[in-house]
Amino acid sequence: MSLLEIKNLHATVNGQEILKGIDLTVNAGEVHSIMGPNGSGKSTLAQVLARRDAYEVTEGSITLDGKDLLEMKPEEAACEGVFLAFQYPVEIPGIGNTYFLRSALNAQRKHRGLDEMDAMDFLPLFREKLALLEMDEKLINRSLNEGFSGGEKKRNEILQMAILEPRLCVLDETDSGLDIDALRIVANGVNSLRGPERSMIVVTHYQRLLDYIVPDFVHVLVDGRIVRSGGKELALELEEKGYGWTESETVGARG
Amino acid sequence: MATAVRAVEQLESWLEAYTEAERTAAGRALPWLKKLREDAFARFCDAGFPTTKDEDWRFTNVAGLAKTEFRAGGKATVAKTDAQEWTADSAAAQLVFVNGRYAPELSAAAALPKGVTVGSLREQIERHPETLEKHLGRYADSERDAFVALNTAFLADGAYVHVPRGVVVEQPIVLLYLTTAEDKPTMTQPRNLIVAEDASQVAVVEDYVSVGGESVAFSNAVTELVAGNDAHAQHFLIEREHVKAYNVSTLRMQQGRSANVTSHSLLVGGGLVRNNVHPVLAGEGGECLINGLFLGTGRQHLDNFMHVEHAAPHCSSRQFYNGILDGQAHGVFHGRIVVHKAAQKTDAKQTNRNLLLNDDAQIDTKPQLEIYADDVKCTHGATIGQIEENALFYLRSRGISESEARKLLLLAFAEECLERMQAGAARNHVENLIREYLLVLSNAPTRGSGKVTERSLEEVG
Repeated sequence: MSLLEIKNLHATVNGQEILKGIDLTVNAGEVHSIMGPNGSGKSTLAQVLARRDAYEVTEGSITLDGKDLLEMKPEEAACEGVFLAFQYPVEIPGIGNTYFLRSALNAQRKHRGLDEMDAMDFLPLFREKLALLEMDEKLINRSLNEGFSGGEKKRNEILQMAILEPRLCVLDETDSGLDIDALRIVANGVNSLRGPERSMIVVTHYQRLLDYIVPDFVHVLVDGRIVRSGGKELALELEEKGYGWTESETVGARG
Repeated sequence: MATAVRAVEQLESWLEAYTEAERTAAGRALPWLKKLREDAFARFCDAGFPTTKDEDWRFTNVAGLAKTEFRAGGKATVAKTDAQEWTADSAAAQLVFVNGRYAPELSAAAALPKGVTVGSLREQIERHPETLEKHLGRYADSERDAFVALNTAFLADGAYVHVPRGVVVEQPIVLLYLTTAEDKPTMTQPRNLIVAEDASQVAVVEDYVSVGGESVAFSNAVTELVAGNDAHAQHFLIEREHVKAYNVSTLRMQQGRSANVTSHSLLVGGGLVRNNVHPVLAGEGGECLINGLFLGTGRQHLDNFMHVEHAAPHCSSRQFYNGILDGQAHGVFHGRIVVHKAAQKTDAKQTNRNLLLNDDAQIDTKPQLEIYADDVKCTHGATIGQIEENALFYLRSRGISESEARKLLLLAFAEECLERMQAGAARNHVENLIREYLLVLSNAPTRGSGKVTERSLEEVG
């Protein structure tokens, strides 16, 4: 059975329609990339999947493992295995990185009927994942994202993902602003999480990330609709011809 | 006309109460003390309660208080368990007052260093009045503050703390003020005198608590804290009475040369609260930290009135107040900094940050600088914002429930105030109270507009 099933999804932000009928099926273990020009609705789709309530779904459905995702609050979606790696991770002074992450993990464990993990058990796990993302151990004592560089913030997103072990990872322009070393580290972290049970949606503007995180499918989103889908070679074609190519094709196909 | 009649009636009622109190007051045979009380009462009769036309009371209306007839609280018995939050491990001494009266059976002095005096002011007046004349009533100003005048007129009991030169008291000295439920509106006028001689160190906690059901009560406290040269003194005010309580407190601090004085306030209770903090940095090189957190909900009115006076050169003062307001609560932060002509090289800073959790909650924040010296650094700033929707969503997107996420964010905001307190029993006590009250606030449903709107009012002068 498919893990994620999006049917005819329409969504508005501040009364303006951004998503205009998206259909997408993601099976367990698959990596899908969503590409598209700025303003095409990529981030909106990511935020809707994470259940941000500023994004109103006006039509269509999303199911996760057969359950109605649109009925879920953000925390419920997270507990059901949805994880959004933010394009702009939020700095929260006064909330410790470690405390926050352990609280999140325990909230999810509780939802799944597992025992809470105490600080003693959590710390080794945290250290192991810090090493995976080549992050400084000093981050253990810092406030959440406070004073982090752009690259550190993105790595921290993947670190959270590695600890929370979601079933559906949604990466929203995780590559933006990263230099090539940071990009390799982030991609390495993401790839280590690939597995037959875990699916990913990788939202990106550039093909570059896909050299490191190789997708099974590529979809092109233009003006709130998926205008083209294909294999990984589609990304290369886009890189070569630009988004203008798909747009004119759509117009041509419709006309 | 009707107003005038009412005012006369009110005055008569106060005169009756005053005459009654004066009949049994401690030290009525002492001319200086008698005069202190009489002058103060005359001053109170002249001035009456302030109105919102008075600039210092613009945001706080005490008309309800003024028209209520209060009587001294009766003798009440309070179970020992109500006074046991502080134990011998966490407090050097605990003085408990029930309806303004010292309750020795509930009080204890655990581990006081040699030479330190901690006891009831009434006893000190009766036994050693000569130790008091130098300081008592010398700092708190009845002339400019009707509540100080009222307290001084009814000066009868409270705490007396004296720490001799060079002596360090490690654990806090706790003054616990309990008010019990009564049939009629009751008042207490606690009066505290804390003297930390040169190079001594002490921390004093004033904790105001209601016991039993809610009944109208008025607590009007005045604390004079004298810190000698090089002394270190910390003061904590905790207001957690029920919402029918009026609580006015005035902390007047007098600082000697290189004295380091701190005032921490936590307001979580009380219906109408006025928290006056008034340090005078009277000796060179003094440092003063004023740190506060006020958490209001329902229809609570929490007014913080700071009056920082720099009277000597090379002193620094820091004011940090954070407010969290829900429901229809109304908060006030009024920060006056006065730099006298002699106070060159003054370094004064003031910050007030506020979170409004509800569209009906309100904050008035007002900085006020009066600078008569020409070589000074004074800055002030205030912000008013809401819980950031962004931050809330970020936490929830990781699986943390909405109420837990709100609690974490509020705690992080409150944490700024906690971090300015030295580690120890007093801070732990404050931290526990903050957690308890934030739990109440974070469980309330969101009614704010949810939009992130932070106004920043920053100025450098």
